[in-house]
Amino acid sequence: MGFLTRAPIGVAELVAAVSAPERGGVASFVGLVRDHHGGRPVRALEYTAYEPMAESICAEIVGEAEARWPVRIALRHRLGPLGIGDVAVGIAAAAGHRDEAFAACRYAIEELKRRVPIWKRETFADGTEEWVDPTRMAAANSEEREGMAPW
Amino acid sequence: MAAGPPGPFTIRVQLFARYAELLGADHLDVVAEGPLTVGEVLSRVRAFPGGRTIGVGTLVAVNLRQAPLSAAVTRGDEVAILPPLAGG
Repeated sequence: MGFLTRAPIGVAELVAAVSAPERGGVASFVGLVRDHHGGRPVRALEYTAYEPMAESICAEIVGEAEARWPVRIALRHRLGPLGIGDVAVGIAAAAGHRDEAFAACRYAIEELKRRVPIWKRETFADGTEEWVDPTRMAAANSEEREGMAPW
Repeated sequence: MAAGPPGPFTIRVQLFARYAELLGADHLDVVAEGPLTVGEVLSRVRAFPGGRTIGVGTLVAVNLRQAPLSAAVTRGDEVAILPPLAGG
């Protein structure tokens, strides 16, 4: 399966891939490359992965979501060098109604962040580079608290 | 997975991202006299130059799945040491 791609991710294609006459609700999540991290301006970044495991875990997550909710899910994660504003990850979840679509989409992105072996190397505006370590940033950086359910 | 014939064998350990940089290689070979646990493989990798930067609680995958430190590693298994994940 091709959950990982080095080509730009088209969100409309993901939505189209899961749309069907009986599915009246499509929820999507689009993760973009941010221009800052931990208060420092970011110029670019690069994603790498343990590709066979990442493909396998993505398939597992999609399978889990489709077993738990009556949904169809399309998921893509970009690898390689990306610029600010590029789509890093795209997920579309289509269901009969919005509740299942939102829930499954949320599940897929949270599990992806938690379980899929992908790494991100950021290049800051001053030219320094750093591998992102969410476990180190979590306490200090409120942005990384987006992993917590808001309700 | 079958243990295979007796005797020493080589476990290919893949490294990624920060760990590959710190150890200067994208894989290392650990020679095992017999089946090892994941924790024992990790200890041997930490004994390589730069290896102490790998935390004892780091994630390890065996055959593409996360494995606990107590899991067995046998001949032919694919082992990978995973720095903190940062996808999405």
